[in-house]
Amino acid sequence: MLTTSWRAVLLPVIVALTVLGTACSAPTAPGAAGDGAELVLADAYEDESLHPLMGYATDGASKIFDGLIRHDAQRVVQPALATEVPEASADGRSYTVALRDEVSFHDGSSFGAEDVVATYRTLLDPESVSPLTTEYAMISKVEQVDDRTVRFDLAFPYAPFPHKLVLGIVPSEAVAGGGPLEGSSFNSAPIGTGPFRLAEWRKGERMILESNESYWDGAPEVERLIVVFATDDNTRAQRMRSGEFDGTVLPPALAETFRGVDGYRLISHKSADYRTIMMPMNNPVTGDPGMRLALNYAANRQGMIDALLAGHGAPASNPIPEVLGDYAEPSAQFRHDPARAAQILDESGWVMGPDGTRAREGVPARFTLMYPASDTVRKDLAQAFTSDARALGVDIELEGLGWEAIEPRMGGDALVLGGGTPFDPDLVSYQLLHSSFAADGFNNPGSYSNPQVDAALDTGRQADQPADRVAAYQQFQRAYAADPAMVFLTFLEHTYVLRDSGWQGYRPIVDPHAHGVNWGPWWNLQDWKPTS
Amino acid sequence: MTVGAPSRKRAILGLAGRRLAFAVPVLVIVSAAMFALGAASPFDPIYQYYGVGVFTASAADIARVRAQLGLDDSVVVQFGRWAGDLLTGDLGDSRSLRQPVAEVITERLPWTLLLVSVGLGIAVLVALVLGVVTAWRQGGWLDRIVTALAQAIEGIPAFVLALGAIALFALGLGWLPVAGLTDAGGDVSVGQVARHLVLPATVLGVSQSPWLLLHVRQSLLGALAEDHVTGARARGLTEPAVVLRHALPTALLPFVTLLGARVPELVTGAVLVEVVFSWPGVAAAIVQAALAVDYPLLATLTLFATAAVLLGSLLADVAAALLDPRVATDG
Repeated sequence: MLTTSWRAVLLPVIVALTVLGTACSAPTAPGAAGDGAELVLADAYEDESLHPLMGYATDGASKIFDGLIRHDAQRVVQPALATEVPEASADGRSYTVALRDEVSFHDGSSFGAEDVVATYRTLLDPESVSPLTTEYAMISKVEQVDDRTVRFDLAFPYAPFPHKLVLGIVPSEAVAGGGPLEGSSFNSAPIGTGPFRLAEWRKGERMILESNESYWDGAPEVERLIVVFATDDNTRAQRMRSGEFDGTVLPPALAETFRGVDGYRLISHKSADYRTIMMPMNNPVTGDPGMRLALNYAANRQGMIDALLAGHGAPASNPIPEVLGDYAEPSAQFRHDPARAAQILDESGWVMGPDGTRAREGVPARFTLMYPASDTVRKDLAQAFTSDARALGVDIELEGLGWEAIEPRMGGDALVLGGGTPFDPDLVSYQLLHSSFAADGFNNPGSYSNPQVDAALDTGRQADQPADRVAAYQQFQRAYAADPAMVFLTFLEHTYVLRDSGWQGYRPIVDPHAHGVNWGPWWNLQDWKPTS
Repeated sequence: MTVGAPSRKRAILGLAGRRLAFAVPVLVIVSAAMFALGAASPFDPIYQYYGVGVFTASAADIARVRAQLGLDDSVVVQFGRWAGDLLTGDLGDSRSLRQPVAEVITERLPWTLLLVSVGLGIAVLVALVLGVVTAWRQGGWLDRIVTALAQAIEGIPAFVLALGAIALFALGLGWLPVAGLTDAGGDVSVGQVARHLVLPATVLGVSQSPWLLLHVRQSLLGALAEDHVTGARARGLTEPAVVLRHALPTALLPFVTLLGARVPELVTGAVLVEVVFSWPGVAAAIVQAALAVDYPLLATLTLFATAAVLLGSLLADVAAALLDPRVATDG
């Protein structure tokens, strides 16, 4: 330890002594990366922690860890560390999971039921101070049945439970001490069972992952995966252009600059990552159902996507994306119809005034719309929505703020909100729109309450037959469309640039809200093969 | 002269001693002020702790986590906790980087020191050489170009300069790597780091140099008009001897003092340069720590920066006292 820190101090000194004397020798040719079985990716975001219980890779697809289950390209749950996808017990409140044999962690220790139990118990233990406890609130108990079997008992029937089992499993030794996880060295030195092991993490600059030779699902042929952290979008695009990276994530406009460039490939992924105008029920203007319905018809969603997102988006009318297949209800979509919007406002008593702003019983149709100031996409969408509302005689005042300032005001002012996951309709809609979550943190911030929506969401969460769930979520969307809580605008598309570097195996997938090199084109990197 | 030397030495040692004694209360006040600023800032560390998870967490869970992390404690209690740990030699844990502060410092500070010292070296070199040449040939074509350029660069933010330098030298000409400490997969070696250091250090140096350069030029112009320089010219000394041996030393004195006061500017410049060039130094971590109100890391970095400024100004004053016997050693 002492030697490493001394080297860390000494090396810069040596460099300082030589740098001024070093002539600019010919640099290695661009494209030095990508030789052999190596892949260099650039990420815009660096995780502070690689601990699954501290929020690392909560949507799965982690390179370092495996969950009990994982998703395939169609987002169907498939067994990973489990031998098969677990089924609910008859009362829907218990799941028994059989575990894979002969799996070992990166440090050579063997994987067993005690590791699964330790992982989930640590997560639920308040002393761990994990930020994920709410997400797993349905679990009441985790028990080891035998060496190869674990049983989860739930506090209430929860049909989408298998999706929750993507959580990365950590070795029981890593969480043996208990206490807060934030000080654990596991945050920067993770040990999992996943396809790659962490070889080096130079914080603030790059991370090197190496193929796990003894991976239970076959060692990845990408032997070294180098993830470079470059937060500045412009620098990242420049470095991508110089041939330093094999791939990166870029905002749509920057990604478009690579279109048609020889040797590069532009990839656009659909996502369940929605942007919506959240409307508080306690505001005299947005609290009126007629007003919310009219604004849903007034918003020109396709116009926003074309003008602001370079076409990289899909219109949204509710939190269920079209990619959820049967769950999406085509009749519950709002079309752009300003005339219908005006008619609804007239019928609900919002009369056009001489100044071009409507009013009802002395209350002018005016409200404040907040957006996180640092997010340019949300700001652009807020401005576009404001101008659509203006044409209807509704006045919106924009305010760009930090989350700290937004949070206490969500009950009274509108807000551009985002989120979403493509795996199960419950995950995107229950906490967002069910009245039991009204004003609970950032959940259902507008305190929307609709008994029909509540009933449909409850049925969808508890029904054990897939057909019943589909019917429940279609019913939910129809009830929502008659009395919309918000104005959903768009599902974003995530854009990536890839360099042709001799690998095949890319399969399109629908991204969750999270994106970076764990997701996007690299979600199945362990299956990639050299082209020749 | 021989009689005065020992007392002069004593006076300078006295200056250093007084300044060091004075530094202790300054450091205490500055770190207390840092905590007060953090408490007054609009940022809430809970957002950084949860990440996107904050949007789905329940209010009850968030409240419990806040209490467990001690985020609701008063700033006085938090300052006391940090100061108490510091006295036992424990710098605490950085919440925003999820690792001990001591580890953050040993991992990152050397790279920032390397960048800043090479950058400062380049700035001083550029300022001295061009400052002397432009003052010497005042009104000449070189003077006009350099002065105009210096004033232009003074108005350009460091990150714009950085992006321009990347576009020209890394992408256009292909002479240097764009960013990072080493090539993406490379090991840390002297050659690798040296090559990757050239662009960021030069950008930092060039962005810091205009102010210094214009200062050297101005004070050299003043010195050239002084009596002893006219006297030297009258004695028939060569022009280089007049400028370098007689005018320059007079002009350099205030320059040395100014350098010490330049340290904060250098740190600010380093933050932008480190972010653009993905340099794994401590300056880039400051931004993250500030947004997350990461007291232990912020306070330690503030202490380091304050100590650097105090040390810089002390060294500058000692240097000035050594160079010019007339300078008083404030006591």
